[in-house]
Amino acid sequence: MYKNFLRYLISAIFLITFSISAKADFKVGFVYIGPTGDHGWTYQHDEGRKAVEAAGIKTTYVESVKYGADAERVIRQLAQSGHDLIFTTSFGYMDATNKVAKDFPNVKFEHATGYKREHSNVSTYSARFYQGRTILGHIAGKLTKTNTIGYIASFPIPEVIRGINAMTLAAQKVNPNIKTKIVWVFSWYDPGKEAEAAQALIDQGADIIMQHTDSTAPVQTAEKAGIWSFGQASDMQRFAPKSILTSIIDDWAPYYVERAIAARDGTWSQQDTWHGLKEGMVAMSPYNKGMGADLVKEAEQLQKDLASGKIHSFTGPIYDQKGNILVAEGKVADDGMLLGMNVYVKGVEGDIPK
Amino acid sequence: MEDLLIKIEKRNDVPTTLYFFTPFIAIILTIIGGGIIFYTLGFNPIEALKFYFITPISNLYGFSELLLKATPLCLIAIGLSFCFKSNNWNIGAEGQLTFGAIVGGGVALLFYNQEGFYILPLIIIAGAIGGMIFALIPAILKTYFNTNEILVSLMLVYVSKLILDYLVVGPWSNPEGFNFPETRQFSDSARMPLLFEGLRIHAGIFIALAAVFVSWFVLYKTYLGFQIKVSGLSLKTAKYAGFKGKTMILIVFMISGACAGMAGVGEITGPIGQLHRMISPDYGFTAIIVAFLGRLNPFGIIFASLVVSLTYLGAETTQIFLQIPQYTGQVFQGMILFFLLASDYLLFFKIKFQNFNKNELRH
Repeated sequence: MYKNFLRYLISAIFLITFSISAKADFKVGFVYIGPTGDHGWTYQHDEGRKAVEAAGIKTTYVESVKYGADAERVIRQLAQSGHDLIFTTSFGYMDATNKVAKDFPNVKFEHATGYKREHSNVSTYSARFYQGRTILGHIAGKLTKTNTIGYIASFPIPEVIRGINAMTLAAQKVNPNIKTKIVWVFSWYDPGKEAEAAQALIDQGADIIMQHTDSTAPVQTAEKAGIWSFGQASDMQRFAPKSILTSIIDDWAPYYVERAIAARDGTWSQQDTWHGLKEGMVAMSPYNKGMGADLVKEAEQLQKDLASGKIHSFTGPIYDQKGNILVAEGKVADDGMLLGMNVYVKGVEGDIPK
Repeated sequence: MEDLLIKIEKRNDVPTTLYFFTPFIAIILTIIGGGIIFYTLGFNPIEALKFYFITPISNLYGFSELLLKATPLCLIAIGLSFCFKSNNWNIGAEGQLTFGAIVGGGVALLFYNQEGFYILPLIIIAGAIGGMIFALIPAILKTYFNTNEILVSLMLVYVSKLILDYLVVGPWSNPEGFNFPETRQFSDSARMPLLFEGLRIHAGIFIALAAVFVSWFVLYKTYLGFQIKVSGLSLKTAKYAGFKGKTMILIVFMISGACAGMAGVGEITGPIGQLHRMISPDYGFTAIIVAFLGRLNPFGIIFASLVVSLTYLGAETTQIFLQIPQYTGQVFQGMILFFLLASDYLLFFKIKFQNFNKNELRH
């Protein structure tokens, strides 16, 4: 009896403190997994935030927020301190975002690359990065001399495996002998580990390096070794001017501005967004002339065809590593299959870490 | 010709009150130092310090978060105080925390989707045993093979993290988790009961408080505590008195490991609710600062754990409100330790300026 009373009393005080945090300006909060100076993933999200700011909306960000106990507190603090829309920009914030969303029905939440929308105030969004990977694969397949492509991967989640497969399929189309070697670093941002992984791949004969991690360490390692590489998330050209063939750019700015304005004007509603080259959420940085004028033309044409939908990154026949058919001839993989992808296609070396 | 000579002498009588007072001086100096840093960054120092030290705990939720963060720090620091008091330099509490969480988390997964009041106590005991086993490795190597416990315990941190990596990526990963490196969410019977609706603070705080009282009793009221303190002050005296040094080393490491292991279990069964790769933002290392700031005294450690966890929370709020990088938290923790060590130095040694004649030496 007494215990219950105490519980209610404290819950009441707790709720009152919440409601006191008065509404003033419309504010948008951002939670980042890495530092804004990573020049990759987080950097691009921060560019998106700056665009929102330029549109006349106040923003706040918190960088280098670890998954786990800290993420939930940071998201909750943003919600509590009067932020009306909160972007949580990494997969690992999925559960924390939904948990906090439950307690703040008036605050809108946007979670990047996740799939859980447990409450009506949670939207998810992601980009079809794999379309960019198809272009990288085409270029890599044409340029490699050792027929070995080195791939630095973060976590074996569908998004990353999808990228590996899209790249490998495109490379095979122009060069059937291609092999994709992968090193898993189990981190989104760890320059030391990423550089080591790049070196390990070079030592194993890879003459083209690409990455699904956020730092510029791999492209710098490739530049030093005098081999080709591809930038990730933002235009990394200035970190490896000779080596980088092109970078896949994540352009979140238009989406962030659109959603922030919608939330401010009261027209925001729950969505699941998956945009690509067509909408401009995925873009390619200028192609390196070093690859040859013909190849630049091919890449530009491929980019157009992927954007228009004339070419799909996952067009059958596609086989898994054992030779079983995944997508039949003449068919394309549907979004459901892409979202749950957890097998390698033929030509990728090794096993998915299990 | 005359020169100024700086002479450093050990003080013979250091008053106990001053000894317990210096941590406060260190904290005040940290606040002043922090204010100067904020000022040079172009912020109003008073306002920035307010955001740093007051805003995080200005409401009930914030205060509960402070206690939540202080719980593992306090528990680990209590364990470490046994080691440090007896001159055993266990630097690897982070590894013992991780291994405790692995063993405890393993038990939690074993009882997945089962009900029972006995599950949580089992997990806690498993975590304590896990931490204990992991702490015994440097202890045994030290007592029987004369290795350096600082190096061994520190390097074992990386070993434990790699074991955790392997488990959450491989055999223990969530079958429905799209290969993301994490286990299933533990079922409710494997979670620490929450103390209040809507707050994350959990029953683990009672484990930390119990550890404080038990350690006070052991250190100040038992023969073991006396042995620990004597060995800390002088190993030779301890040997002369016939204390069994080896057994004592094993015991203090086991206590320390058990505390760290339980802290790990408190995190995974409390706010996190599963095992993944980042179960601790280096609590095991930060607890070393806590232990020294608390003067290795059980009640001092409670106070120190609250101060240090405030530096974490303050870093988050100053970033939210003033957009100052979160790394200021580490700067503040570093300043606290620096000022504490510096004021300790001045406490235990006196610096004398003397004039002396070089010519005299030439004879």
